[in-house]
Amino acid sequence: MRKTDILIIGGGPAGLAAAVGAYEAGARDILILDREERLGGILKQCIHNGFGLHTFKEELTGPEYAQRFIEKVLEYKIPYQTETMVIDVSPEKVVTCVSRKNGLERIEAKSVILCMGCRERPRGSLGTPGERCPGIFTAGTAQKFTNLEGLMPGKEVVILGSGDIGLIMARRMTFLGAKVHACVELMPYSSGLKRNIVQCLDDFGIPLLLSHTVVDIHGKEHLTGVTVAEVGADLKPIPGTEKYFPCDTLLLSVGLIPENELSEMAGVKIAPTTSGAEVDEQLQTSVPGIFSAGNVLHVHDLVDFVSEEATKAGANAFRYVQNALPQSGRKVPVKMGFGVGGIVPQFVSENPEDKVSFMFRPRNVYRNAKVIVELGGEQIYAKKSMILAPGEMVNLSIPADKLKGLATADSILVRIEVPEA
Amino acid sequence: MKYELTCINCPMGCRITADYDGKEVTNIQGYTCARGKAYAQTEITDPTRMVTALVGVAGSHVPLSVKTQTPIRKPLIFDALEEIRQTVVNPPVRIGDVVIANVCGSGVNVIATENID
Amino acid sequence: MYDVIIIGGGVVGCAIARELSRFRAKTLLLEKTNDICNGQSKANTAIIHGGYDCKPNTLKAKFNVLGNAMFDRIHEELEVPVQWNTSLVVSFSKEDHPALEKLLNQGIQNGCRGELRIIGEEELRRREPNVGSTACEALLVGSGGIVCPYELTQAFAENAAMNGAEFLRNAKVTNLKKLPNGHWQVVSTVGTFETRAVVNAAGVYSDVFNNMVSEDKVHIRPRRGEYYIVDKKYRNVFHAAMFQLPTKMGKGILVAPTVDGTVLIGPTAEDIDDKEDKRTTAFGLAKTLREAARTWEQIPTRAFITTFSGLRATGDKGDFVLGEPADAPLFFNCCAVESPGLTSSPAIAKWMSEEIAGKLDLKENPDFNPIRKAIPKFREMTAQERAAAIAANPDYGKVVCRCETVTEAEIREAIRRPVGALDIDGIKRRTRAGMGRCQAGFCTPRTVEILAEELGISPLEVTKFGGNSRLLEGYLFEEGKNHA
Repeated sequence: MRKTDILIIGGGPAGLAAAVGAYEAGARDILILDREERLGGILKQCIHNGFGLHTFKEELTGPEYAQRFIEKVLEYKIPYQTETMVIDVSPEKVVTCVSRKNGLERIEAKSVILCMGCRERPRGSLGTPGERCPGIFTAGTAQKFTNLEGLMPGKEVVILGSGDIGLIMARRMTFLGAKVHACVELMPYSSGLKRNIVQCLDDFGIPLLLSHTVVDIHGKEHLTGVTVAEVGADLKPIPGTEKYFPCDTLLLSVGLIPENELSEMAGVKIAPTTSGAEVDEQLQTSVPGIFSAGNVLHVHDLVDFVSEEATKAGANAFRYVQNALPQSGRKVPVKMGFGVGGIVPQFVSENPEDKVSFMFRPRNVYRNAKVIVELGGEQIYAKKSMILAPGEMVNLSIPADKLKGLATADSILVRIEVPEA
Repeated sequence: MKYELTCINCPMGCRITADYDGKEVTNIQGYTCARGKAYAQTEITDPTRMVTALVGVAGSHVPLSVKTQTPIRKPLIFDALEEIRQTVVNPPVRIGDVVIANVCGSGVNVIATENID
Repeated sequence: MYDVIIIGGGVVGCAIARELSRFRAKTLLLEKTNDICNGQSKANTAIIHGGYDCKPNTLKAKFNVLGNAMFDRIHEELEVPVQWNTSLVVSFSKEDHPALEKLLNQGIQNGCRGELRIIGEEELRRREPNVGSTACEALLVGSGGIVCPYELTQAFAENAAMNGAEFLRNAKVTNLKKLPNGHWQVVSTVGTFETRAVVNAAGVYSDVFNNMVSEDKVHIRPRRGEYYIVDKKYRNVFHAAMFQLPTKMGKGILVAPTVDGTVLIGPTAEDIDDKEDKRTTAFGLAKTLREAARTWEQIPTRAFITTFSGLRATGDKGDFVLGEPADAPLFFNCCAVESPGLTSSPAIAKWMSEEIAGKLDLKENPDFNPIRKAIPKFREMTAQERAAAIAANPDYGKVVCRCETVTEAEIREAIRRPVGALDIDGIKRRTRAGMGRCQAGFCTPRTVEILAEELGISPLEVTKFGGNSRLLEGYLFEEGKNHA
């Protein structure tokens, strides 16, 4: 059977950075497998800018950002296969993949890095009543059609969901000559970056309808319109508030779901709060030698943090292969306190070698609140923030010397403290 | 007049307030970096935007992604998009190649953001 | 000139086409939509009914029981997935015991084969540990099973076509007229035909055709049923198809596994007037979940794949209307065939084709081949079979639908086969591409491309289900524009 030291599933931003990170840490036996025709993952279709401010101190478009990493992969001659779909990962790290060129292959890996990214939540999963007509797309699928295939879905658009993909597509469709009538958001706040609200909606006078949702879809052979209603605090539609929007295109930006089907096949434990793998601060999952990074681990807002995370995973995968990654020792669970959701990592080694980074999503919008980390009853980190919002992931680092208390602690707590009323 | 805006320079999205009397922007508050302060100045008096778009590629339906090299004045956006829409490039193209020089007389070039062979 | 023209390409029409192809008969099936299996046949609970639920001495009871016994052979000859997972009619109150007894006796009277007995709570919970806390006993129906209704319809059609039957789609019949020579004139949107006999298998519209030729009128009022499909993660929540005992509140909702491993919840039963109203409604969907909760108390609302609705051809006679009306000889009704139509279809087809063969004096077709091979499914192959498939056809190496592991080879084959796919939904039904968790989010661009290529059309002309259901509006840039 074919063998490799580090097998990376996914050649998008996470997979590319993991490969480069592994190489720069000293690895040479690496293999990237990607299902598309070219490397770059989702960045290929993200032709807008906003990428790379942290990584390269430049603002780049998605394809440019991807190209920086692709160039490194080529420079380092890191082996990769495109148009290759991984269909199984066993707990023994045997990866089965299929491609036209090589047929069915089984590759035994010493370590695996899961970088499969996300899929989008479809209309079917929302259970929105009405017709099942064409004209309904998830925002990402529409983005693929316009930006990679040069095909236009429609001209009169309504967007459900104010996540970044929906906002970006509001602008893109407008730039391509469509009329975007509204962006409808279920929650009382937007889950997208504030900058995107300004430059994708406000700039074009596209109304953002907070606390609203689509309650009915019309059109027999093709979409002709949607009914939008206001929702209450219980997120249920309020009768009598229905408004009809004629449209021929409904774009859905209602959630990204990490694609962990392969992870589950490998026996990797999945955290319900992130729908991604449970990992320690080394980004190692519950299966020794299997690591995870990027959107498949938890949904990110900024690709720069994906690259940072994946670089770390790559380096750690190499250390694992070298037997230089400590495997024994207690893992201290990370507890989520008030206002904290989807924290990564879910476990920290009791003796971390280096600073530990935590990332989480605030559960709500909090102003002038503090992010606090407590260990053994003591506050080891406290930082005030003008605004914390679910649309903006919090990224904090704690130096190893502040984490001595892990040796005797049952857990480490991350929480938000709102100011006294 | 009091202005309240969100800086779009980076994902921080700092909320900035400022006063504008028609001549001068004063009392800028809320920024956390120099770019934010500069943004408030221009956004109130003469807003600009980076534009990312698609151009045609000869012999293909598949487009090429491009961007303005630097921000252009907001009122020019849709004219610039129209000039971009009418543009067809011949491969090969490399990231950074000038696809349209001085789009709409703005003094800003439109450059390629991906490679095609 | 045809011997038989069949109106309607649902499971009954296609089953009859297949049975007729056992005879030397020039047969034409006219389907008004862009594809076969576009009506009731694709929007049902996919149950092979045991036959206990029908009133004795009805055509429903007769053909249900006859049909049920034919599915093993269908599975062998046509490679249609069939599973005999049993049915359980669950009651939630001891007071309902007489009603369960009634069903049991009805089943015996109807001649249900296999095990048929009432089981108590202990056995019920042993068999189905996830059944709701108020369940107290159930009727165990050993002859209950599940089938893939679109693969069944497709298999009938393919086998019929292989054996000489003709199929025309986008062929709406607009008029029927008796000719002086005793033949029928069938007027349609694709031409006017003359035929010796007509079969009316037009589902929800079968009353329209009956009423064109007979004074014995039938009125069909569509009865809408709404469903949820639950993710395959929950394939093992129940083993049997879980029925509820019909109570004063109405017909119960099923929770039933499918042959694909998903779980169906539904249907409701709502009489509507518009035969083209295929919508789901907030009210109907909520009712589905509310009523199903007795059977499945922990319905995972975060694990829904999609929802859909189906319209039953509910006639006003209380039973199937089969055969020639007294005043319309050689017009063969398969009218008002609602549930248990799927189960009954092979039996109705056999009976009807023998009737027609007798009346038209048809000779047997010595070349009839009952065997139809299904499209080899990559996801069901062993590692060796996969390697061999890719070696023989590299298109098996390109996975297009990630959620259901459907390869390009299967999609192309689905288009190339007799009565092959012409649109996105057709590919969906024949391969499962687009039926998974992401609901075609990933595979659509490639599927559109393949359809365009195979059918020789522009991607802009690719439709979801024919007619004006195009997916895309236009190109951003026209090909071939050259820059000076």
